[in-house]
Amino acid sequence: MRIELRESPFNPWNEIEDYQQSLAINGSYGATATFVGTMRDFNEGDSVKAMTLEHYPGMTEKHLQKITNAAIQKWQLLDALILHRVGEIKPDDSIVLVAVWSAHRAQAFDACRHIMEELKSTAPFWKKEVLEDGSRWVGKNTPG
Amino acid sequence: MSVQVKFFASLRESIGKTEVIVDNANSVAQAWSIATNGADMPSNTLCAINMEYVDSQHSVNDHDEVAFFPPVTGG
Repeated sequence: MRIELRESPFNPWNEIEDYQQSLAINGSYGATATFVGTMRDFNEGDSVKAMTLEHYPGMTEKHLQKITNAAIQKWQLLDALILHRVGEIKPDDSIVLVAVWSAHRAQAFDACRHIMEELKSTAPFWKKEVLEDGSRWVGKNTPG
Repeated sequence: MSVQVKFFASLRESIGKTEVIVDNANSVAQAWSIATNGADMPSNTLCAINMEYVDSQHSVNDHDEVAFFPPVTGG
């Protein structure tokens, strides 16, 4: 399992490939499910120029570990990779990557969705959007 | 007895503080009250002690790290 916060842009597909090549689980996994969240250039009818992602250093990592460990136990995952951007972000940048490896597809689909939803609703990150004429905190996440 | 109080995101900006040391608080709610000079706590405020979620009535111990923040919006 790897959980990382990144201050600079990352390519999620390269990250998945590199991480998968480092795993010693070849032959045992039959399913890989991934989710990539990407920054949009609009929100609530406004054009968004950039975003700052604040987090709670220490608690963020600890909480992501907890969520991921629980999912590994529940769905018998073989491995998991979670990357999340922090700091200054531009439209089209990847914000989050969740990738999980399991023996069968149902475990991978369910675990990937669960980790993502838990991350969205409980991991201590906060988005502040830069608009044409100022900035604003995002009050809540979209329902899904 | 003292605890370290931290504020994040919009609460950090509205309170105007990032970190403050608070003496003689018995609960999370008291730590908020002392740290903010009696400001009302927004109803959607999330609280943590030593990086674990708790409710605002939870007791605090010497040297605890108490954090307050708005609903989270990552991902």
